[in-house]
Amino acid sequence: MANFDLRINGERVQVDVDPDTPVLWVLRDALQLVGTKYGCGVGQCGACTIHLDGVATRSCLLPVSAIGNQRITTIEGLSEKGNHPVQQAWIEHDVPQCGYCQAGQIMSAAALLEKNSNPSDAEIDLAMNGNLCRCGTYLRVKAAIKTAAGK
Amino acid sequence: MTIIKTTYNRRSFLKVSTAAGGGLVLGFNWLTSCTPTPEEVLAMPEEWFRVNAFLKIGDNGMVTILSPNPEIGQNVKTSMPMVVAEELDVDWDMVIVEQAPLDTDAFTRQVAGGSQSIRQGWQSLRMAGATARQLLLAAAAQQWQVPVSELTTDQGVIQHVASGKTIGYGEVASLAATLAVPEEVPLKDPKDFKIIGTSRKNVDGKKIATGEPLFGLDYHKDGMLIAMIVHAPAFGMKIKSLDDLAAKSMPGIRDVFVINTNPERDERMMQTFAFPDMVAVVGNSTWEVMQAKKKLVVEWESASPQESSALHDERLEQLLTERKPEPDRKDGNPDAAFASAVKIVERSYSAPFLAHNPMEPMNFFADVQTDKAELVGPIQTPQSMRKMVADLTGLAEEQISVMMTRQGGGFGRRLYGHFGVEAALISQQVKAPVKLIYTREDDMTYGTYRPAYKVVYRAGLDADNNLVAFHVKGAGTHGSPIFANRFPAGAVDHYLAESFTKPSNISTGAWRAPRSNFIAFAEQSFLDELAEVAGKDPIALRLELFDRAAAAPVGETNDYDPERYAGVLKLVREKSGWGQDMPGVHRGVSAYFCHNTYVAQVVDVVMTNDKPVVQKVWCAVDCGIVVNPDAARNQIEGGIVDGLGHGLFSAMTFEEGRPKHSNFNTYRLIRHAEAPKAIEVFFMDNGLDPTGLGEPSLPPIMAAFANALKKATGERLTNQPFVQETDVLG
Repeated sequence: MANFDLRINGERVQVDVDPDTPVLWVLRDALQLVGTKYGCGVGQCGACTIHLDGVATRSCLLPVSAIGNQRITTIEGLSEKGNHPVQQAWIEHDVPQCGYCQAGQIMSAAALLEKNSNPSDAEIDLAMNGNLCRCGTYLRVKAAIKTAAGK
Repeated sequence: MTIIKTTYNRRSFLKVSTAAGGGLVLGFNWLTSCTPTPEEVLAMPEEWFRVNAFLKIGDNGMVTILSPNPEIGQNVKTSMPMVVAEELDVDWDMVIVEQAPLDTDAFTRQVAGGSQSIRQGWQSLRMAGATARQLLLAAAAQQWQVPVSELTTDQGVIQHVASGKTIGYGEVASLAATLAVPEEVPLKDPKDFKIIGTSRKNVDGKKIATGEPLFGLDYHKDGMLIAMIVHAPAFGMKIKSLDDLAAKSMPGIRDVFVINTNPERDERMMQTFAFPDMVAVVGNSTWEVMQAKKKLVVEWESASPQESSALHDERLEQLLTERKPEPDRKDGNPDAAFASAVKIVERSYSAPFLAHNPMEPMNFFADVQTDKAELVGPIQTPQSMRKMVADLTGLAEEQISVMMTRQGGGFGRRLYGHFGVEAALISQQVKAPVKLIYTREDDMTYGTYRPAYKVVYRAGLDADNNLVAFHVKGAGTHGSPIFANRFPAGAVDHYLAESFTKPSNISTGAWRAPRSNFIAFAEQSFLDELAEVAGKDPIALRLELFDRAAAAPVGETNDYDPERYAGVLKLVREKSGWGQDMPGVHRGVSAYFCHNTYVAQVVDVVMTNDKPVVQKVWCAVDCGIVVNPDAARNQIEGGIVDGLGHGLFSAMTFEEGRPKHSNFNTYRLIRHAEAPKAIEVFFMDNGLDPTGLGEPSLPPIMAAFANALKKATGERLTNQPFVQETDVLG
């Protein structure tokens, strides 16, 4: 076990965990930030997507010891009142079915729009292809991203 | 207006109104309220009055509606309360929805399965709202000393037109909660619906988009331990020896022990408890338990023969060469009809085992004590889970509470609640609250898989290209995919259906649209081949058969309505502009009826860089009244993407009993870029009672795609997943 001083959602947080612990489990178990989801543990499904200094990153393979001073943003910290344009577009398009993968989809989409405010269909496919949705909401995800892109 | 007797399910109304006494209900728990938003807090009433099992009304007119059935992504948590609110006649904005716990006194069929929640709940949901409305009217009538018949309601307000008086539901709720349930209540005429038939957002939409705790895996209780299991690496194996010394000494580990979920080794239970004995590892945190799992040294030994996919293939091939002495259905004289047929078309189709792979892996919370138990988590069948937990813990069912969380997908996997039983046994052993979590690997390799299927179709045409003989023979490991009384039974004079099944020690079960998910592909692909040989348009051929089944049906047990079936085909033909010349676009059609709903689809394939791209899916649906249209479209879209993805890419295979895929790196699922570029959905507007929606759009899609692909490439694909049969998919 070791102490880590993390910057999560704009706050300094201290955790005492095994240095190999993936950020996903630090968030979920140590900090009760359970919006970030466990889906596969091998970086294949994207349910655990967070932002690391603004870049969409899979937290299930990322040991806490590798974070250092980088800023972590989770779905809980994406916006103060749940009103990030991507979150609003998700509600407007009623994207979710089961909803489990959607935090990861939203985090990937928000990071995409941060870099590219008007992505093409092909650019959306490329950026989002790592996020599985078992319910098959892909068309709505794309529509919501386009709506959010206009804002 | 319809008058409905309230005797059906009356017990729930009586029981709850008695139990509630004055009807005052206080408090919220973790799951049902989560965190109310500031707006919600401001609007919260000071007192709630429970009018019946489904709803309570606040003194300020707010209404809480309990959604009885498990929410697995089919959106019943929004649509079921919409039906209650409609008959109650309230403003949807004044409604708070809560998930009901398992309560067999109050509710019937708290199951997510068979696309039946709305269809089978329709009457009781309407009655719950209508009964409450009637009690509120009676309370107002009593207060004003006027006859109930002079009162009307509008959006939560009761009016007495003659005197011009109005009063809100909240003001009479306390009195209403004490009144006797009326013997019968009027229901609205569907043309007066204000909520049903209008699109309402998912009631959990904002919570999902902001990452609030909703799912089983998110559940937390102070003092809770984390548990994981290690099951046999292959089906048909059991524990020989266990060395847990290293695992037990790992940091954060509390205990390691063997649990047995089928101590009697009851063969009938093996389909659910495929791994009766497994090792449980219990500790403080998920990561620590994951690490300790790796340190376990378990020796496994054979309990029954370990099977491979090659063996399953051979067995199914063998079965299909046999002749069944007693077929599932036989009309006319098929042998003679085939002997005299001018043309005979024959084709076989197959599909592999599939894992369910809901995005949220299996998990459950259990707190088992000596005299009670609390279970919380994602389960499609809470009642049968409780029964299994009672059987194995020695507790009575009345001592066990079950709360359903929102579920990260079901697809049939959570019909089999062995994981809840495992959580309960672990909690009982460690005497502490426990959350059991499956890793993705545990989830994928302890499946209740969609069985592997093979089927052979044969059809005979006369000199005028009329279908005169039809023969379908199907086999599965295990369970046959055949529905003997479905189309085209009833439309052909000489018809034969035969089913074969071969048991296996690999657990199989219901997977979204069971059996239909395969047989629709085979049947509707075959009809396309038949149309080609007969020189007929594929829609015209189908309509010809439906006309026959409507005008002079063969047999008396046909389980479809040919006119409704034809209706969706005609609708999709019209909407898609079928028959128009569309350069570069290759079209395929398919139609299927299951879960009481008719669906017809046209798929447009274009070849881009020599690869087929689904440019558009046109989909016509007859599911009767559509409760929540936009959410219904979402279900249809999802079923199409799901069916297409699995037919194109997915397969589970076995080698010596070992599942060969354990995670998404080798088990391929459809991704964003592979989804159809557009899906347009058209609902039949016929005012009939609603039918299933979660499953019916999945079965037809692969045939529509295969039929389009045949036009695009000339290749007829018959074995799923297609990616293994052709190079064209890349």
